[in-house]
Formats: sequence, structure tokens, C-alpha cells
Amino acid sequence: MTRWLSLWLFIALGFAAAAEEIVMGLSQDEVAITASFDGSDILIFGAVKRTVASEPLPPLGVVITVSGPRTPVIVRHKERRFGIWVNTSFVEVDAAPSFYAVASSAPLSEVLSETENLRHSVTLNRAIRSIGAEVDNTADYTEALIRIRSNDDLYKVAEGAIDFDEETLFRTSISLPANLVEGNYATRIFLTREGAIVDRYDTVIAVQKVGVERWLFNLSREQPAVYGGLSLLLAIAAGWAASAGFAAFRR
Amino acid sequence: MQLYLPIAEVSVNAFLLLGLGGLVGMLSGMFGVGGGFLITPLLFMAGIPPAVAVATSANQIVASSFSALLSHLRRRTVDIPMGVVLLIGGLIGSALGVVVFNILKAQGQVDLLVKLCYVVFLGTVGALMLVESLRALQRSRRSGGAPVRRKHNWVHNLPFKMKFRVSGLYISVIPPLLVGLLVGVLAAIMGVGGGFIMVPAMIYLLGMPTKVVIGTSLFQIIFVTAFTTMLHATTNYTVDMVLALLLIIGGVIGAQVGARVGTMMKAEQLRILLAVLVLAVCGQLAFDLLLRPTELYSLERVGVAI
Repeated sequence: MTRWLSLWLFIALGFAAAAEEIVMGLSQDEVAITASFDGSDILIFGAVKRTVASEPLPPLGVVITVSGPRTPVIVRHKERRFGIWVNTSFVEVDAAPSFYAVASSAPLSEVLSETENLRHSVTLNRAIRSIGAEVDNTADYTEALIRIRSNDDLYKVAEGAIDFDEETLFRTSISLPANLVEGNYATRIFLTREGAIVDRYDTVIAVQKVGVERWLFNLSREQPAVYGGLSLLLAIAAGWAASAGFAAFRR
Repeated sequence: MQLYLPIAEVSVNAFLLLGLGGLVGMLSGMFGVGGGFLITPLLFMAGIPPAVAVATSANQIVASSFSALLSHLRRRTVDIPMGVVLLIGGLIGSALGVVVFNILKAQGQVDLLVKLCYVVFLGTVGALMLVESLRALQRSRRSGGAPVRRKHNWVHNLPFKMKFRVSGLYISVIPPLLVGLLVGVLAAIMGVGGGFIMVPAMIYLLGMPTKVVIGTSLFQIIFVTAFTTMLHATTNYTVDMVLALLLIIGGVIGAQVGARVGTMMKAEQLRILLAVLVLAVCGQLAFDLLLRPTELYSLERVGVAI
């Protein structure tokens, strides 16, 4: 009995000794979209907290992902029919993040094993879910989705973009583009050793419209008739003002 | 100066939008077309989502058309009774058009159909107008600007005749109603005011004088586009007020300039210019359909965030 207990203690202590935890910080955990919003850089930084001094072990790696709200997306494909280019087939991707950034301290293949990638859906291909598609070459469609969003600066992979000093301090900067969608941006930090995940930390960056932007958006959803009427009123008033202004100018 | 649009959820250059509004406003004042056929594709190019571009340009057209209409009213070049008759046809037409649009949408390929509609109508209208106005220009040169005698055709033999004093016409209300109806249907399907179809139809089918045509067309367009704006705002939530405001500021100024330039030019010259413009947009759209696109795939965000 005592032998079992001591074994158990030994194992528990052994794990505790190896335990490395992530302590992290964000330069901002809220992004306010104002009228003059022109994109934003978020600094993600942190440290590895160790309970026991580290023994010589294989090197650690850090992987950070930031993911915007997921929505279904229809990807259409054009083909030539009767001499003109027509949308012929489509695949509905069940959930694609509106924004997705992956950063790592070293090439992803080195710091993250395929199994862990599958389990935690880290890379872009894994972050996009498409099940039940009827077209054979679904991969072409997800590739197209990634290509188009990457061109718009919405999807990005930055291998080796995390500065990782002394296996303790890490930091990276994620730039959010100007055409950002509102929502909670899930941020994950993975600490890995030899491709296996040692610790994981989750937090959220809230992206929200504020001020006039917020007010107009809410009005358009909650009282669309009032919003529409207001838009028309604005149009008529501006039209009249310009006409009156020019008439006065001519006289 | 970058500006974030609350409904479109993109950030665009404010001066670019002001410029676009100004350009289209000028056309509106000169030719009496709403400019929807021009501003919508231009907004696509500026990176505005298509649904927002279509809905917001309708709102913008209300403003620029109203501004231009006021200067036409001042010069008494609006035939209000004719406008009302056209409008009645137009509203019935757009209600029908929405039904047709939804049937097509259910079968997919609505994008293609809208584009083909554009190419066919812009092409036909532009070519007809160009040929006719070139002929008219030659004629007026040869005969020293003698007024062309108005022909009597089947249009003048229909019942329910009505006097349109400003246009100097005494014709049946059936042709204008039908013209309004046709334009209404097309306006709903193509997402435009329909001025580019209305103007030639009034000139060539109803025989109205060009000067009166523009003001009257504007009168009708305001109501049709206001109706469209409300429809989009309440069903799709795609009217972006900030975007509209920028386009409007550019547009109303442009419309005033355009109306002045329009009065300085001869009617035939105006028509040739409009014809060339219509053909240019038609050509651009046709090329898009014929040439291999650089990106064969396109995205459409559907539903709400999970």
C-alpha cells in the first residue's frame, strides 16, 4: 500500500516538476471600431511559468491563433458555358472564421505534431470546417476560400513570427485589417514540446463598433423602417440643400 | 482619409467615394438617368459588398435625382401629369419585378441573369440612341436646324387620351403606363432606377421633347428608388447611411454642375454622349462575361456567426 502511494506521489510530483504554464498579456483586449477605424495591431505577449527549474529537455515552442467569428460561406466556382463565364458549382463551407491568424516561434511542422493539429484545429485547413459537401474536389474550394481571404489580409500564417527569448518570454504582434467584422475573436496560445502540447491558454479579444457606428448599426437592425426613412430624409434634405445653395450662388 | 462603414463593414477612402458620387451626380443632372447602372459596378470595384452597393446606390439616386429635379422644376421642364402616369405603371412593374426576381433567385444564377440583362438592354438602347442621334445631328446640319415633324403612328390611335401640356402631347395613357411598367420590372430585377431605358422610351416611343424627358424621368425615378431603398432597408438591412451620405454629398454637387452643363449643350450632343457612355458600360460588362476571370472562385457569406 505505501509502495503504491509513494509511486503515485512520485508520478504526481514528477508531473508537477515538468509543469510549465502560460502567463499571458494583451496590449488590448478590446478593439473599438470607430468611424476612422483603419486596422489595429495587437501585441500578444507572455511568459512560461515553471514550478521547478527546467532540466535539460527538448526545446519549447509557442503557437498563437486568433480567430474571428465563424460563419457559413458559399464558395462558387465559375466555368465556361456557351462562351461566357458562369457560376456552375458551389460548396457550402459550414464554418469559416471571418479572420484567422496563426503565428509560431518556429516552422509549424517543427513545433506542432499532426495529431495535436487535428485535435486542436490549429492550422488554416483545420480551422475551416466543411462536412457533407457533394462535390468531389472539395479541397479546391477550401483552397480558394483561403486564397481569397489571404489576399484580403484576413487569413495569415506567420511562421517564426513569435519572439521566444530564453524559452521563457514570448511576444508577437497580430495586425487586424480595416475590413474587420464585429464579434469575439478567440485567441489561443499553445506551449509545445516536440510537437506535443504542454499547456494551452484561451482568451477573447472583443471587437465592437462604438459611437455613431454602433448607433447606426443597431438602428438599422432594430428599427429598419425608421432607419430607411431617415436615409431617405437625409437624401431629400441633401438634394434640396445643394439645389438651394447653387441657386443662391448663381444669383 | 479612411472611413469605416458601419453596415458594409469595410474601410474605404472617403475622397474616393465623394468622387464617385460627384461623377454619377453629374451624369444624373446632364442626362436625367439615375446613374444606378454606373454607380453599382463602381462600388463593387471599390470593395463594397454587392448587396450593400445595390441598396445604398438606390438611396444615393434619390438624393441626386431630387437635387436635379429641383433645377428642372425651376426651368419648368417637368411634365408632372406624365410623370404620375409613368409612376403608376412603374410601381406596378416593380412589384411584378420583385416576384420575378425571387423566382429566379430560387433557381440560382440570378447574378448571371442580371448581368445579361444589363448587357442586352444597355447594348440595344445605347446602339439605337447613338444611331438615331447621329442621324438627327446630320439632319439638323443639312437643313439648318429645321424642327422635325412628329410622325403619327399607332401610339396615337389608342383610347383614354389625355393632354400633357408641358410635353405638347395629346395621347392615350396606355403607352406611358406600359413604358412605366416595363421600366419598373427591369428596375427591380437590375437594381437601378431605369432612367437609361425610360429616357429613350419617352423620346422614341412617346415622342416627348428631350428637354422635358429628363425632368420627367427624374420625377419618376425618385419615387421608384425611394421605394427600393425602403424595401432593402427593411428586408435585407443593406442600406449603409454613412456610405450613402458620402455619395450624396458628392452627388448633389455633381448633379447641379451636370444640370448646368446639360442646358448648355444641344439635345443631339447630349444623346450621343449618353449613348457612348451606355455602350462603354455594356462593353465592360460583356468583357467580364467573355474573358477568363483571374479568380474562378467567389465567396458569399451566409447566415449568422456561430
